[in-house]
Amino acid sequence: MQMIVEILPWRWALGFILGAALGMWMAPAGASDLQSALAGLGAKRRSDIKQAVVALGTLNDPAALPALEALRDRRLRVDETGHIYISSEAGDTFSPALGGGPVAVDVGQLRTPRINNVVRRSLRVVIAQLQLHSSHAGVRLAAAQELNKQPRPTLLADLRIAFDKENDPAVRNALAVGLAQMQLQSEDAQERLAAIAMIRDSGNLGLKSQLEALLAKNEDGSFVEAEAAVREAAGNALESFERTQFLINTAGNVFYGMSLGSVLLLAALGLGITFGLMGVINMAHGEMLMLGAYATYVVQGFFLESLPNFFDWYLVVAIPAAFGVCLLVGMILERGIIRFLYGRPLETLLATWGISLVLIQTVRLLFGAQNVQVANPAWLSGGIEVLYGVVLPYSRIAIIVFVALVVGLVWIILQWTRLGLQVRAVTQNRPMAACMGISAARVDMWTFGLGSGIAGLGGVALSQIGNVGPELGRLYIVDSFMVVVLGGVGSIVGTVVGALGLGLVNKLLEPISGAVLGKIGVLIFVVLFIQRRPQGLFALKGRMAEG
Amino acid sequence: MGAGLYTPSFFGSLWRTHSRSAAIVLGTLIYALTAAAAVRAADPIKVGILHSLSGTMAISETSLKDVALMTIEEINDNGGLLGRKIEPVVVDPASDWPLFAEKARGLIQQEKVAVVFGCWTSVSRKSVLPVFEELNGLLFYPVQYEGEESSYNVFYTGAAPNQQAIPAVEYLMSEDGGGAERFVLLGTDYVYPRTTNKILNYFLESKGVAKKDIMELYTPFGHSDYQTIVADIKKFAAGKPTAVVSTINGDSNVPFYKELANQGLKAEDIPVIAFSVGEEELRGIDTKPLVGHLAAWNYFMSVDTPENKEFVAKWNAYVKKHNLPGGAKRVTNDPMEATYIGIKMWAQAVEQAGTTDVDAVRQAVGGQVVRAPSGFDITMDAKNHHLHKPVLIAEVQADGQFDIVWNTEGPVRAQAWSPFIPDSAKKVADWTYPWVCGNCTEPRF
Repeated sequence: MQMIVEILPWRWALGFILGAALGMWMAPAGASDLQSALAGLGAKRRSDIKQAVVALGTLNDPAALPALEALRDRRLRVDETGHIYISSEAGDTFSPALGGGPVAVDVGQLRTPRINNVVRRSLRVVIAQLQLHSSHAGVRLAAAQELNKQPRPTLLADLRIAFDKENDPAVRNALAVGLAQMQLQSEDAQERLAAIAMIRDSGNLGLKSQLEALLAKNEDGSFVEAEAAVREAAGNALESFERTQFLINTAGNVFYGMSLGSVLLLAALGLGITFGLMGVINMAHGEMLMLGAYATYVVQGFFLESLPNFFDWYLVVAIPAAFGVCLLVGMILERGIIRFLYGRPLETLLATWGISLVLIQTVRLLFGAQNVQVANPAWLSGGIEVLYGVVLPYSRIAIIVFVALVVGLVWIILQWTRLGLQVRAVTQNRPMAACMGISAARVDMWTFGLGSGIAGLGGVALSQIGNVGPELGRLYIVDSFMVVVLGGVGSIVGTVVGALGLGLVNKLLEPISGAVLGKIGVLIFVVLFIQRRPQGLFALKGRMAEG
Repeated sequence: MGAGLYTPSFFGSLWRTHSRSAAIVLGTLIYALTAAAAVRAADPIKVGILHSLSGTMAISETSLKDVALMTIEEINDNGGLLGRKIEPVVVDPASDWPLFAEKARGLIQQEKVAVVFGCWTSVSRKSVLPVFEELNGLLFYPVQYEGEESSYNVFYTGAAPNQQAIPAVEYLMSEDGGGAERFVLLGTDYVYPRTTNKILNYFLESKGVAKKDIMELYTPFGHSDYQTIVADIKKFAAGKPTAVVSTINGDSNVPFYKELANQGLKAEDIPVIAFSVGEEELRGIDTKPLVGHLAAWNYFMSVDTPENKEFVAKWNAYVKKHNLPGGAKRVTNDPMEATYIGIKMWAQAVEQAGTTDVDAVRQAVGGQVVRAPSGFDITMDAKNHHLHKPVLIAEVQADGQFDIVWNTEGPVRAQAWSPFIPDSAKKVADWTYPWVCGNCTEPRF
């Protein structure tokens, strides 16, 4: 009931507008027009569908909204006689387009109208226009913002009516901005000035081009905008926009840098332990990342097969699984091969390189040479827009949080547990630690296992943003070594700072020089830095190290 | 010994004087001849298949190997070629460009293959080109590419720029395509995207698009972090209708499309049209947020023709029979169709020439017609070694398939040399008399 009460005055207002716009000879908008336009949504040709959408926009009747939204979401169905139905989300029941409960239809006869970008573009505007009539302020606000993206003088009358009726301040504001971009075309200079002030205050960077248009020149050199005061106001507003834009760009780049840095950190943290603390030049580190990613793939496959209802939570199992697998592989490697090679860096390098080849080939034999697909759980898809044009994808935010947790965990293990104490003792002074009764060999095994396990965690994160294939590790091994060496061998803090720093430098360089040159620039930067400061950012002091 | 049976009577006197040695010679000769004939009947025709089955391009090239094997199996099941079986020799150049040249040399010199079907990236084709020209081999190249090339030893069964890139950009500029006035040319950093974008730059210039309305961006092979690029595209697009032309190749497309989806870049606002992304590359990506983004090809799996239904059914049966990875989720795509057409065309030419000799087959391939899955009779142009192909533009759907929104009436002749690049506008690719040249401005004879 409430819906109808709200809608009725709109129909009258609409009739009035139509009457004014199209002349009195035209029949007043009625239910039959609405119905024939709605039927047009089920047309076979896309151009006919588009015309029907535009017609519904002209009718401006919110009753058409459910059908339009269904068309957008591919939930609209047409039967052979041309009647249109709206399918439920699950696709099992069908209701008539103009409301009413589900009706029985022959599902086999239903057809889904095919739409393309042209239809979608008109759909969006018309849906937003009709949503201005919604009883929810949030929906009206979103609709007003949608309409602001592109000025459409044809909607001016609708906007003004909606503005006059609006009580909610936020929506009023958004509508005012929409009205302002249309007022820029006004004859009255004062009105244009007011419009510029309005646009400036809105801070909506999407309107920048409108201001730029005011400053443009005609072909004969005269300004498009005759009034100097208006030009000056537009220039000032533009300047303020450009300052905001610069700040937003910088904020965006910092976030992207942190995000890339956190990926590098996850990739390098394990190496920070095996290479940094233990001094093993571990060329098989990248393959530990790869094993972690494949463990995620296997867990994902298991969930798809056995527990499809809990698929969104497969990562909860994948994290310990990847850690466990890599811990185990790491410990076996340490006991089986690496412990015989301590103190012989060249042999270690070759042996671990060999191990990496064996691991790659094993994975190829088990899973095939092609990439495997690891799907994001639904809650990691999409993102939020924090500033104009800066979207933070959920997967990136999750990785930043995850890396913070992992770094915290490593720090706790190294600083606060018995194992950590022993690790630090053995890595700092092996003979003395052994004299104190620590089993150095056992500690080596656990340390290498821990480093490998953490690399496995990195693999889980990498599987969420990139491709998972046998050569995944190859892509990250150089970056990982770069991070550890830059940060200072033996220092976990150095690894953290090195990774985030490299990420930032890379992302700040990328907009200036492009992705390819940016990568080269970073490499040159690291080479020069290591020349100046071979010990890295955070050199360990004291008796340790060199021995 | 029955040598006498074979001896003509007018050699009688000779036979009587030298009967013994002559019998031996003749017997040996006859034995050798029959043995050779027997060997030849059983001896299969070897053909090379040169596609990356590992590395960054494996995502695209593996199914080309599969469809090539399917087509060969089909020909063998129908009695083979010239009464002989075809034996495929599959090698893996592992997305490593110099390795392509080595493997190609091995195929021609050691394996003595009659023809090679292979390559995806232009850099791999450029790398094998000298080998094929030096050893007079025959290559069928099945992927759309940048043009600016015509080799006596290569038949191009993919699209040239005027059969894909140019119509695609024209579509984006049309009202249906969103009336784009600004363009982002985004690609992987190698010869195909660079050359295509060079052509597009000239083309857009001829259409009156200003330099400042074109942004060119490149990423390395295997690039996985597209955050900044997608954000830059959004910024660049503010103010004018903008479209993105993507020539990203290989598995970088997965992170690129994931980033597009995550950052909410909608096809209604900024459509992305891709030249190297088909059904196969989208397999496994959630395409719901990508609905409406475009691809331009000469074939889509969703083409509604009886020929295509048969092709898809054949492919599904083959996948099932050989239990290929991916199973029921496997799809067909444009380069697979081009591979299929290429092998069929070569087989027809061999039948017509009656031999697998490269020079004879090359003469016979020109003018061959194959009824393609796209529903058209596809002709190989005898002059420039390219196919006449229809152009289709389609939008991504929620199920990973494509919905065709624009197509040409019929097949379009390929232009090997782009008329938009001043340097190549005058060049002619014509391998018939009196030109006999791939890049001349006047006939050689």
